[in-house]
Amino acid sequence: MLIVYGGEEMEFFQAILNMSASSLAQHFVNGFSLGSLYALIAIGYTMVYGILLMINFAHADIVMMACYFAFFGITVFHIPWYLTFVGVIIATAILGVVIERTAYRPLREAPKNSVLISAIGASFLLENLANYLFSGRPLSFPDIPLLSQNIAIGEVQIQAICLVIPVMTFLSLAVLLHIVNHTKTGMAMRAVSKDYEIARVMGVNIDRVISTTFIIGSALAAIGAFMWGVRYPGITPYLGVMPGLKCFIAAVIGGIGNIKGAVLGGFILGLGEIFIVAFFPQLSGYRDAFAFIVLIIILFYKPTGLLGVKTTEKV
Amino acid sequence: MKNKRDILLTVAGLVVLFGAACYAQFEMGSYVRRIINLCLIYAIIGLSMNLTNGFAGQFSLGQAGFMAVGAYVVGIFTVPVELRPNVFYAEPMNPLIADIQMPLWLAQLVGGLLSALIAFLIGWPVLRLRGDYLAIATLGFSEIIRIVITNAQSWTNGALGIKDIPALNDVRYIFIATAITFLFVTCLINSSYGRAFKAIREDEIAAEAMGVGLFKHKCMAFMISAFFAGIGGGLYATLLGTVDPKNFLFTLTYNFLLIIVLGGMGSITGSMLGSIIVTAGLEYLRVFDEPLELFGMAIPLFRPGFRMVIFSVLLMACVLFWRKGIMGTNEFTWEKFMAFCKNPVKYFTQKGAN
Repeated sequence: MLIVYGGEEMEFFQAILNMSASSLAQHFVNGFSLGSLYALIAIGYTMVYGILLMINFAHADIVMMACYFAFFGITVFHIPWYLTFVGVIIATAILGVVIERTAYRPLREAPKNSVLISAIGASFLLENLANYLFSGRPLSFPDIPLLSQNIAIGEVQIQAICLVIPVMTFLSLAVLLHIVNHTKTGMAMRAVSKDYEIARVMGVNIDRVISTTFIIGSALAAIGAFMWGVRYPGITPYLGVMPGLKCFIAAVIGGIGNIKGAVLGGFILGLGEIFIVAFFPQLSGYRDAFAFIVLIIILFYKPTGLLGVKTTEKV
Repeated sequence: MKNKRDILLTVAGLVVLFGAACYAQFEMGSYVRRIINLCLIYAIIGLSMNLTNGFAGQFSLGQAGFMAVGAYVVGIFTVPVELRPNVFYAEPMNPLIADIQMPLWLAQLVGGLLSALIAFLIGWPVLRLRGDYLAIATLGFSEIIRIVITNAQSWTNGALGIKDIPALNDVRYIFIATAITFLFVTCLINSSYGRAFKAIREDEIAAEAMGVGLFKHKCMAFMISAFFAGIGGGLYATLLGTVDPKNFLFTLTYNFLLIIVLGGMGSITGSMLGSIIVTAGLEYLRVFDEPLELFGMAIPLFRPGFRMVIFSVLLMACVLFWRKGIMGTNEFTWEKFMAFCKNPVKYFTQKGAN
């Protein structure tokens, strides 16, 4: 047994030594762009959790729906992709608000478990609806040559989208942080997430704040989904599920409710996943398990997440 | 079960139902028997899920994973040894287990115990979490179990699944398993452990202050729940005759979620009723997946997938408008049954007055 392990270890070091700078850079770019996508989607989870204290299970399926919207815009209706991009953001934001109104608002005063079940139900409904309307067969995301072309930098071949994704993520993050920290709406959001009841007593329009949160979260999900589609062009009704779980985990790792934490968590998961597969090709079947293992480790040693603040519960 | 009369009535009820099961076994077609069996198996798993979610108040979504463990143990150990090379044709079975064959009941028991052991290993870090975190962590673990099964080719035959499991479409056997589960859970809930579970559900901090060991009881509920999910999974495998990692996607858990929500979170008899309604309903909703022609016109709404849309709309409607489900946290009791039998009108008017 020991010899086998020794052999595997040798293999691992050999792999690192043999990995030239260019392939290391290649993996880094892949991981960084995947991490950026995770970050964009994780922000939606963390914002909703910060305000409503619930997991928006339907968020993953909002991502999936956004992919289908983009498919219909470009492939079926032949709208130029940049106009479709804007249209997808608007449509997805509307979808997010509709879900909030129908599935979550009636349960505002209900016990937490009911809200959780309702969120699961909403997610399940969206998946089945997509399966019914668009059929379960995978559709291929429309090709956008400008974004999907390969660019050579030295020896490294990079898809243009891999460079666009991080840029878009950081742009969105800057805009989002500006909204949250320097506008009146943002102040209301922070107030509601600090103390729901007091914020209401102070005259904050809770319903409007929550709707705004869903609009922002869904819009970011739409941006993420569009780029996800360009990068990984197979669209199925269940495409959001695994990324959704991982992005929620990213939000927990960074400290739930904390926007910068969600971005940090997204990068940890994205880079970690790509590098694990790069260094240990024999573990590639377990790639999806990585996030959950990180989740358990984090919850064990720092239950509030990397950037979270410890709170005590009052009786 | 407060007194002798109730115990007698319950035993009599079970005997009558067993008679009905025998009747079903001999007189009914294999399709109907299959649906009855599925109802019974779903009742076992629904009950097990209700134990953690409804009684102990720990929102766990790992049922599909625990079922997979039970189903695979039954699949691996009940396939006759001589048939195994045909099943494991891509990669031969691991020599450690290649020659072990068990009867169904033993394999089921092993599956249940293994499930409980895994639940303990998972519960140890995860049960410190609350509510939503627990839900996502258990969901994640159920997926990890599936990923491990898919990758452990020489033990589980990976993505190819295991075929040739001796099929069992015997209503009596499955009825007995369900009855044992029902009696066990009923006794457990009415014991001091059951009261501790309910105390934790109502308020963890208060329960801890009253001397209820949080971790011990949560872990116990979680393990027992996993045990019965494993048993149910084993039965599911024999009913299908094959197991495949794709059978145990986490969406399977949503079936049981609907069962306990519809039946009432925290009601044993509610779960039984819920499982019958959901399973039979899902089966008969298949009409919606078939193309339908009315007066010579094809109705475009009816095509594959419509059934699941209706199913999920029902789940949503149930949560939004009928949060308590059929039974709420109430139970079926002989007392109420008698009152109902004596005077149905009075029973309902009095209930309204209360």
